[in-house]
Amino acid sequence: MDAFLLQFFIFLVAAAVAVPFAKKLGLGSVLGYLMAGIVIGPFGASLIHDVEAIMHFTEFGVVMMLFLVGLELKPSLLWQLKTSIIGFGGSQVIVTSLIITAIAAAYLPWQQALAIGLILSLSSTAIVLQTLQEKGQMKTEAGQSVFAVLLFQDLAVIPMLAIIPLLATLPSVSLDHHDSGVFDLHALPEYLQFMCTVGAVVLVLAIGKYAGQPMFRIIARTGVREIFVAAALALVIGSSLLMLAVGLSPALGAFLAGVVLADSEFRHELESDIEPFKGLLLGIFFISIGASLNFPLIGENVTLIIGMTVGLIAIKGLVLILIGKVFSISSKERSLFAVALAQGGEFAFVLFQLTKNTGVLPVSIIEPLISAVAISMFLAPLMFVLHDKLTRSTFEEEASQDEDVIQKGDHKVIVAGFGQLGVDIGRFLLSAGIKPVILDYDSNNVAVLRKLGIEVYYGDATRLDLLESAGAADAELLVVTFSNTESAKHLIELAAKHYPQLKIVVNAKDREAAFELMDIGADNIYRETFDSALSIGQSAMMQLGVDPYEAHRLKQIFRKKDMQMMPELYKQRCEEESYISLYKQHHAQLEALMKLGSNEGLAAASKAWAVKNPDH
Amino acid sequence: MKKILINFAHPAKSRSSVNKALRNAVVGLEGVTVNDLYQTYPDFMIDVEREKKLCEEHDVIIFQHPLYWYSTPSIVKEWFDLVLEHDWAYGSKGTALEGKLFFQVISTGADGDSYQKEGFNEFTLTELSAPFRATAKLCKLVWLPPFAITGVHGGLPSAEILRHGENYQRTIIALRDERVDIEQAKRLELLNIDLNQLIGSE
Repeated sequence: MDAFLLQFFIFLVAAAVAVPFAKKLGLGSVLGYLMAGIVIGPFGASLIHDVEAIMHFTEFGVVMMLFLVGLELKPSLLWQLKTSIIGFGGSQVIVTSLIITAIAAAYLPWQQALAIGLILSLSSTAIVLQTLQEKGQMKTEAGQSVFAVLLFQDLAVIPMLAIIPLLATLPSVSLDHHDSGVFDLHALPEYLQFMCTVGAVVLVLAIGKYAGQPMFRIIARTGVREIFVAAALALVIGSSLLMLAVGLSPALGAFLAGVVLADSEFRHELESDIEPFKGLLLGIFFISIGASLNFPLIGENVTLIIGMTVGLIAIKGLVLILIGKVFSISSKERSLFAVALAQGGEFAFVLFQLTKNTGVLPVSIIEPLISAVAISMFLAPLMFVLHDKLTRSTFEEEASQDEDVIQKGDHKVIVAGFGQLGVDIGRFLLSAGIKPVILDYDSNNVAVLRKLGIEVYYGDATRLDLLESAGAADAELLVVTFSNTESAKHLIELAAKHYPQLKIVVNAKDREAAFELMDIGADNIYRETFDSALSIGQSAMMQLGVDPYEAHRLKQIFRKKDMQMMPELYKQRCEEESYISLYKQHHAQLEALMKLGSNEGLAAASKAWAVKNPDH
Repeated sequence: MKKILINFAHPAKSRSSVNKALRNAVVGLEGVTVNDLYQTYPDFMIDVEREKKLCEEHDVIIFQHPLYWYSTPSIVKEWFDLVLEHDWAYGSKGTALEGKLFFQVISTGADGDSYQKEGFNEFTLTELSAPFRATAKLCKLVWLPPFAITGVHGGLPSAEILRHGENYQRTIIALRDERVDIEQAKRLELLNIDLNQLIGSE
């Protein structure tokens, strides 16, 4: 236990020191982790041991990341991506594999060459997605294409796991089944195996679609947050285990579970609950990649390994540029597309392990290849930085040109609280084509509104992590509709502190609440009953026979004057006596101004070009 | 029988005497629709489809209003801006208003004498209704000179107001029953300059 805690402590400290350092240098968190790994690894300060076991465990971070990616991708969006997944992904994997196989076949038997070709065609989902997300490039053309390729690669791992053992030319080292899960599928006849596999995928989809939502709804109702976190983790781990059991990639299972839940109201809550686990596991995973760089071995074969690394990056990059050309990705995005995917991936470690166990490749070949893959992964974030530096100037020009054409649908708005007031605000914005992200903490309420087709998410908007996953970092506006003034104040202060770019519009329960909100510097404050009171008053006047236009103007005059006196009342509100006298004074003024049928009441209208002749 | 639409625009009806009297003289007449714009659209949110339908259903379109700044109260301008759509009111396909009669009923504060070339206001009321006339031409409406009641600034004696109301009612009924010589009316300086001559005494 002590030893475990010590190791854990070393990892955490290394991350906490290295990541801010790397970020300060503009290198991104992934590179920070990798460097931390080198420093504390067996070939650095030698503070940690058993790197492979740690890497194996923390690979689960990749699974969680794919769950989160799935959550971001609604099924409809995934369907839109199908052409790029098959087109980009398929051609990347096939062309890259063939070229590498052809080169390797010059030195090795074709079976070994093919295995190497297949394995090296894969890129690093973990590094690439983490970096793209950090830089906010996931939604760009290149980001989407990169994602399509990575998704195809994750799917391609499954047939590779099946094909590679068939390429064996050497006696196998061990016969243990890789990742044998809860029960052994290989004992079953082949058609049953196939049916089990299909069944498992269907099961994950069905659970996500039909059981997931009611289950989370029940848990949400308890209001115990850690139970929700536990359930979310159980879902991710469960779907991964199920996939493992039927021989599929656990990342695929998690991804599917994510996609199915992307439409649910718990999307943002799940995201913010899983996010820290994913971050921590991935961080440690990157550290362990850094730690696994075998410097003595690299030293011995320095020319060979550097040659292979450069060759690997060059071949993959060129193939990607070619694909970009064929599928006409714009030239600006094409370079990012190529740079992003020109490295080896973490699946290579898993698959090389498999080739060793099944006797496809000898250790003497595997070791330098693993080093080359690890170095290429280490270089990947550096290449992103380099690419940024080289293209920054052109990017900035384009950005300034694009600003004028922001579409109404592009406005990012968060509506916090979706009670009676929020519903009407939401409907109003939606009907104008503005699609807000709506957050509400009452799971019953959320369920009802979802049935009406309004996209509401379950979650407490006053939590920073939930605000983050609702997109507060790049949102434009926050609408606060809480009836509870304390919660509203809390949220506004939180938003102002962490997202200073957010404009805020807020409702106040009454005049006193409005004053409290003015205290914390909010300026777009609307008393929630004020406008309906005036509308009722207007209607009452009309029922009494007042001319509709006059009633309308009286309402407008009253509304304007009342809002004008708010700042003065605010100043005086602490001194009760002067507050009351000021209030009375303003009220008397209003009364005189608005007296029915008086010259002032319809001042503007009745005096319209008629100073001398008011009676025509 | 022609159907008559009176678009009535007075922002402070409670303080008007002449326009109220005129309006009362024609409201409820068979074939006559009084459409009070300020009452229907106190917030100026004009229902364009409703207004177009009203126009289509009537043969005579009248705007009754006090003269504000040699023109109309602002809601009438809003009405023109929104309702008279291309390909409905004008343009090659815009024939919805073709052949309908179209004129203003105006009340002015100043005396009729001031609306003369030599008078204080230098322009005649017919000249001041040039925008209406041009609009009528573009929309293929048949323009008639305004029906005007002048000199209301001091407040008119109630007998006179009553007389104006009666004249207005006579004119509307005569138009409805097609007893007005339109070609003759077009040439008049004001529609109500000599009613007995135009529609005959009853």
